[in-house]
Amino acid sequence: MAPKRAVSVELIGRSVDRLVDRASFEMPAGVEELYASMRDGERSDTARHALGVLVENAAIARADRLPLCQDCGVAIVFCDIGQDVSLEGGSLRDAVDGGVRGAYERLHLRKSVVGDPLVRNNTGTNTPCFLHAEIVPGDRVGITVYLKGGGSENMSFLKMFRPTASVEEIIDHIASCVIEAGPNPCPPLFLGVGIGGTADVALVNAKRAVLRGVGSRHADPVYADLERRILERLNDTGVGPLGFGGASTAAAVYIREAPTHIATLPVALNLNCHSLRYAGEVL
Amino acid sequence: MNWIHLSAPLDDEALGPLRAGDAVLFAGVLYVARDRAHERMRRMLENGEALPFDPRGQVVYFMGPSPAPPGRVIGSAGPTTAGRMDPFAGMMCRAGVRGFIGKGKRSVEARAAMREHGAVYFSSFGGAGAYLSRRVVSSEVLAFEELGPEAVYRLEVAEFPAIVINDIYGGDLYEDALSKRR
Repeated sequence: MAPKRAVSVELIGRSVDRLVDRASFEMPAGVEELYASMRDGERSDTARHALGVLVENAAIARADRLPLCQDCGVAIVFCDIGQDVSLEGGSLRDAVDGGVRGAYERLHLRKSVVGDPLVRNNTGTNTPCFLHAEIVPGDRVGITVYLKGGGSENMSFLKMFRPTASVEEIIDHIASCVIEAGPNPCPPLFLGVGIGGTADVALVNAKRAVLRGVGSRHADPVYADLERRILERLNDTGVGPLGFGGASTAAAVYIREAPTHIATLPVALNLNCHSLRYAGEVL
Repeated sequence: MNWIHLSAPLDDEALGPLRAGDAVLFAGVLYVARDRAHERMRRMLENGEALPFDPRGQVVYFMGPSPAPPGRVIGSAGPTTAGRMDPFAGMMCRAGVRGFIGKGKRSVEARAAMREHGAVYFSSFGGAGAYLSRRVVSSEVLAFEELGPEAVYRLEVAEFPAIVINDIYGGDLYEDALSKRR
């Protein structure tokens, strides 16, 4: 048996701290350029101005080291742990929460986590974070920190379709959800779509889908084409930037599909706001 | 953009000329409150107590800022979803509030309450917290400090931008957007 590669959880905690920092003040490469080009496609002053504000907001966040949004989100942390790795030095959960707690304090980020959903007292640390740990082949640890605000999370959707539903029905459903959400999730959206799996898997896939990379294409041409059709449809709804009306309702659509039961066809939607915040690295 | 300048608190005549879709710049004082602050103010009103501020003619900003870094008056300071404050719209209008700034749709009931009292709902630029931070001149916690970002704040603002969503005549920019279809 090959010896395990030792990775200290402290190293992972420091990585999480660094990734929260990277994600909070700067969007992934390509987003600002995307908004600038969408601005050129808008006719109304208000829509053009709104997109201009988003570009300016990104510049100010970077220059002044102010968070892109006052809702600094919950931290959703994806840890892909190689099966040939031995995690050492304590609890992974404590280390990841420690990274989140330290970064939110040090960087003057808003703490938005309540410890109990009914009692609702703020924990004051933005922890616990939402940790998805998965065992994967290899001897590396992949870490992605995804920050998501409450306003857009409230606009999440899950629908269990009949397995014989057509692609057109799915597109109609997605368009009606985005119209129903309207201005609330702060469009232009980065829409993550989880198709297939079980209900929970579809929802997690909808989350992971938006992390695929700005400007990336789905590897399967059938899904790449479906993403294009959904994007066109959404930008024909009229919702527009921040719901003020226009053609910039969505900036991108990302699908993540999964095998599913013969009786099921779950479709989950993750409406990410225009403030796309994530960062990742491999240890 | 054609900007209309408004000073807050609002004069009686200030809202009449506004129509859904108009762009405004606020100067003056905004009172910040979100979910739990509204819940507490509801209890205060039920008990016949005075609110932390005189609500007559005021503009309430639905917001929960990020902490002010050293040397700044406030952190990021963009609007939060207004719909969560819909159940309090009637109460706040009856108390005399005449403007609300947030983002996102209002319920039928909240819109009816605002219209009945001649109050206007504005959306600022959701998610542009860093941009809007620069329009805040001063910030102080007025009440419920223990609620942190959910406390009531008094802000002085200059050239603070917002778009009229619901005017006093029943106009609704979000509905117009869908009916126009780009």
